[in-house]
Amino acid sequence: MNINITILWSSIAFFIFTWSCWYFIWPPLVNAIRTRQQTIADGIENAETAARDLAQAEQQADEITKNARQEAQTILDQARSQASSMVEAAKSEAREEGERLKAAGVAEIEQEANRIREALRSDVAALAVQGAEKILESDIDGDKHREMLDKLAAEL
Amino acid sequence: MATGEVTSAEYIEHHLSNLTYGRMPDGTWQFAHNPAEAAEMGFWAIHVDSFAWSLGLGLVFLLTFGIVARRATSGVPGMFQCAIEMIVEMIEEIARDIFTYKNDYIAPMAVTVFVWVFLMNLMDLVPVDWIPHLATLLGIHYMRIVPTTDVNVTMGMALFVFAMILFFSVWKKGVGGFLAELSFHPFPKFLAPLNFVLEAVTLLTKPLSLGLRLFGNLYAGELIFVLICLLFSGGIVLTLSGVVLQWAWAAFHVLIITLQAFIFSILTVVYMSQAYDTGEDH
Repeated sequence: MNINITILWSSIAFFIFTWSCWYFIWPPLVNAIRTRQQTIADGIENAETAARDLAQAEQQADEITKNARQEAQTILDQARSQASSMVEAAKSEAREEGERLKAAGVAEIEQEANRIREALRSDVAALAVQGAEKILESDIDGDKHREMLDKLAAEL
Repeated sequence: MATGEVTSAEYIEHHLSNLTYGRMPDGTWQFAHNPAEAAEMGFWAIHVDSFAWSLGLGLVFLLTFGIVARRATSGVPGMFQCAIEMIVEMIEEIARDIFTYKNDYIAPMAVTVFVWVFLMNLMDLVPVDWIPHLATLLGIHYMRIVPTTDVNVTMGMALFVFAMILFFSVWKKGVGGFLAELSFHPFPKFLAPLNFVLEAVTLLTKPLSLGLRLFGNLYAGELIFVLICLLFSGGIVLTLSGVVLQWAWAAFHVLIITLQAFIFSILTVVYMSQAYDTGEDH
């Protein structure tokens, strides 16, 4: 176990090897590692941002869908109520029209009946006068008995 | 393998001897033929085997990581790039937690130290006779393939860390500030000499413990592998128990070599952080 000049050569070798590692090996190797770490960090960050964006977009989509559904429901409700009110209006109009037509018919019928009654009345008056003339065999003064005849006709 | 003419002691000594190249007392430069010759060569000798293996493994690290770094893509990485990046990120993250100052050199240094020391430790898992035996066949008599079992290699690294501690301390605090830090703690200022002695010991302990911890763990580990290998020259029972022990110790050693590489690397960062620390109170 001799201590000799090998000790000095080993020191020099130590320096040369560490210096070579520092000068030749370290920069490219560490640079590659750092660049990759940066790339990975960026990738993770991008993925996180994308996930956040996606969640936001999904929320927005949900909101839009919800709004659309609500709007559709409103429109549907409005349409339904409008339709029913239109039906109601049509019904009432039809009813009114019917009433009107019925009233007109009734009036016409009454008018006709009155007319016929008037005609009958005058006919009856004439027949009564003729009958009485025949019975009395004399003229009944039409003018004289007009009042009585009218009364008779009104009673019919 | 302990053959007939080699005793156990010789076998162990052979495995713990470095291939030493140096100047003999008679003035000739040559490889030492035995441990005694290696000792005679003194300080200027060099352990060719452990230094060559440490250089080679360091180059393996540099080339492997360099190729990956050159082809590094910031897109989807391949299997190999992923593995390299995992090591880099693990050590870098810890280094960044411990060393919070601005110095781009610390993290790559920590990664280099971790991988390099790990590779050097990993050689301990190669069965102890394979490569030395191959070397013997090629005519090289001594061959230790685990550089971190050579105290010169571990202490050499620790000494460079020590130099960096001194450099960064002086750079960040100034010579005066550094001396003040050594002298004015932990006791009041009038006990400055005592403080200085205490703090200087603390300072010197850092590289010593750093280098010797790694060396001690790996040296002990290798020695146990060598001892287990001695069993293989015994009978069938000893050989079988040797196989089991070899496996068990190797499995346990996987933990040790990783842990020691990690400790060396992280302690280096801690020491750098302390050198940068200009805080008034401790």
